[in-house]
Amino acid sequence: MPAFPKQWLWGLIALAVFVPLLQPVLPDVVSNYRLFLVSTMIIAAIAVLGLNLLTGFNGQISLGHGAFYAVGAYTAAVLMDKLNVPYWLTLPCAAAVCFMVGYLFGLPALKLEGHYLALATFSLALAVPQILKYKWLEKVTGGVQGIVLNKPEVPFGIPLTEDQWLYYYCLITMLALFWAANNLLNSRSGRAMMAIRDYHIAADTMGIDTALYKTVTFGISAAYTGIAGALSASAIAFVAPDSFNLFLSIKFLIGLVVGGVGSLAGSVVGGIFYVLVDNSAQALSLFVKNDLGLQFDLSAYTIFGILLILLMYLMPMGIVGGVYLAVRRLRQ
Amino acid sequence: MAINRRTLVGGAAAAVVVGGGAYYLLRKDGATTVSSTSTAKKYDDGATDKEIKIGHTNPYSGPASAYGVIGKCIEAYWKSVNEAGGINGRMVKFVTLDDGYSPPKTVELVRQLVEQEKVLLTFNTLGTPTNTAIHKYMNQKKVPMLFVATGASKWGNPKEFPWTMGYQPDYHTEGVIYAKHMLANVKDAKVGILMQNDDYGKDYYEGFKEGLGKEAGRIAKHVSYEVTDPTVDSQIIQLKDSGANVFFNIATPKFAAQAIRKAADIGWKPAHYLNNVSASVGATMKPAGFENSQGILTAQYLMDPTDKQWEKHADMTLWRTFMNKYMPGANLSDAGYVFAYSVSFLMHETLKKCGDNLTRENVMRQAANHQKLKVPLLLPGITVSTSPTDFYPVQAVQLARFKGETWELFGDIMHAESS
Repeated sequence: MPAFPKQWLWGLIALAVFVPLLQPVLPDVVSNYRLFLVSTMIIAAIAVLGLNLLTGFNGQISLGHGAFYAVGAYTAAVLMDKLNVPYWLTLPCAAAVCFMVGYLFGLPALKLEGHYLALATFSLALAVPQILKYKWLEKVTGGVQGIVLNKPEVPFGIPLTEDQWLYYYCLITMLALFWAANNLLNSRSGRAMMAIRDYHIAADTMGIDTALYKTVTFGISAAYTGIAGALSASAIAFVAPDSFNLFLSIKFLIGLVVGGVGSLAGSVVGGIFYVLVDNSAQALSLFVKNDLGLQFDLSAYTIFGILLILLMYLMPMGIVGGVYLAVRRLRQ
Repeated sequence: MAINRRTLVGGAAAAVVVGGGAYYLLRKDGATTVSSTSTAKKYDDGATDKEIKIGHTNPYSGPASAYGVIGKCIEAYWKSVNEAGGINGRMVKFVTLDDGYSPPKTVELVRQLVEQEKVLLTFNTLGTPTNTAIHKYMNQKKVPMLFVATGASKWGNPKEFPWTMGYQPDYHTEGVIYAKHMLANVKDAKVGILMQNDDYGKDYYEGFKEGLGKEAGRIAKHVSYEVTDPTVDSQIIQLKDSGANVFFNIATPKFAAQAIRKAADIGWKPAHYLNNVSASVGATMKPAGFENSQGILTAQYLMDPTDKQWEKHADMTLWRTFMNKYMPGANLSDAGYVFAYSVSFLMHETLKKCGDNLTRENVMRQAANHQKLKVPLLLPGITVSTSPTDFYPVQAVQLARFKGETWELFGDIMHAESS
């Protein structure tokens, strides 16, 4: 992982904390909508971080993290809807449930390597929306109708708007999770995880319990993504099987690869990227059609695809890797 | 790069304190600037002397992208309105975005439309889960969410959701109508039901059961399929084996056609009720084979573009001229274009009636104030009526029987008041 100057990190965090407070002064720039959009980026960043722990730091490929995201979201939604659990308490619950699911899924996954594991997780992503509709679960999950929720209310009468609060709620969660991930990766366990990624047999020979580490990593990764799902349930205030289609898992993977595999900062960049590009691709295709007057009826996904190809061509190591290389070249 | 724990905690605490203080001060200053915009003028956000801004979401990509034609046609409709001078001299700016039929995306886009683009209203946003996701938000924001493109029965609830209105006859009501007709016309009915396993299928099913009332025991077999299934052959065989003599076909065109064909192949000849969703000659009856489709019953409220009896009808001629001019090359047998044209007309009329009072409140008042409005392409005799307590614009249907190569309407127009 390229070293990230500490002053920069603090600067960015300070910026993230203070800018939303400027809303009363610059209501058009720091609008509620933009704060909401940044919140969705933060949620995406957490989900991508979850996948990164598994793929980037432990070398196991997953195409099914949308499933864990869905499990997290539904855990939170059901708890809030049926049991009136306060929204902040749903995060640890979602994390626990997803850890269990991830751990259990990790056990059979031990037998699978590389592409086979990717396919197994892929099937998980396919199955989960169907399972949510299953008639025995319908009473709890609301079936195809989904569950409508309330947005998190601002606690203690703090003078913040709903969206500002949501933003801080997401931001605090993200900072805590990244801090925990950073500590984990710089510990014995983290080094073991990466050793497994780099050379499985060597790690085994050195006495690392590879089976245990791989399943636990699967669990932690699922828990991270599940927390992101729980946050999204609060942010969107609605869950339905249609929200968790196959493309969600692919998006996480795109975020991961574009941001930078095996980099914490890359997860953030990846999360920002996929929300931002997903949005601007549409704006761009409209711009080409309406303002430039070109008669290309490009769909947003065409533009998204072109951008991805360009990016992968110019920065094969993801945005963070690319920036790191560029900085190093400039210094020389 | 281990972060010193004490620095982190200390820094975070300091940030919160300073930030909170700064915010408190700024808020006092900023309070006056916020409230100055909404004095009692004739306009709300999205309307000016020159322009009316309308927001829209539609799946142009993803699993439901077949509905993309509706968005394209509505866009063309507003273009034609603008070329004819707009509405009371104002041009319509129609902002349509692709939500890919994903509820979280719809929330994000609709917030963009309402808060960034500042549209006056949203119109014909498509899909039941997607609209459910924004239902509460729109009503909290008090932004009209008009004539949504879904047949679920929950869109006409002015008491709890005074800013939301549907358009088409809801699935529930249609289900009731089939049940009533069946009870009156089929002796010793034993019903087999094929249902798409989602909200749309369930709405029909619940309506049908309600229509049966005490006779609910007449349902002999109820099977469902997923949109991802390749065929419904095995379901049809199960239905035949149950000994049913009535078949209620709640399926989208592709599956409805398969069901009709399979039933004919295995020699099952029940009284066949087909939901309106699949009543398209081009999309369902032709692929199923006309010889297999004879005698099938459905309920209609729009003119079918392939139906020869409307060929010379003034509405159809108008629509064809519009299509040829603004959507050249479009498939004229697609009923989606008929739907889009008629619903856009209703929006157009509503805005015309608002006159120069383009506040959101007035838009809702006018939308809930149509008396027997004739909307083009609705079947003759069906009109749009709404009131502050009736948020279901189209509520009448007429039964039709498939004969030869087209539908033949019969009986009276049926007005069903939804529960």
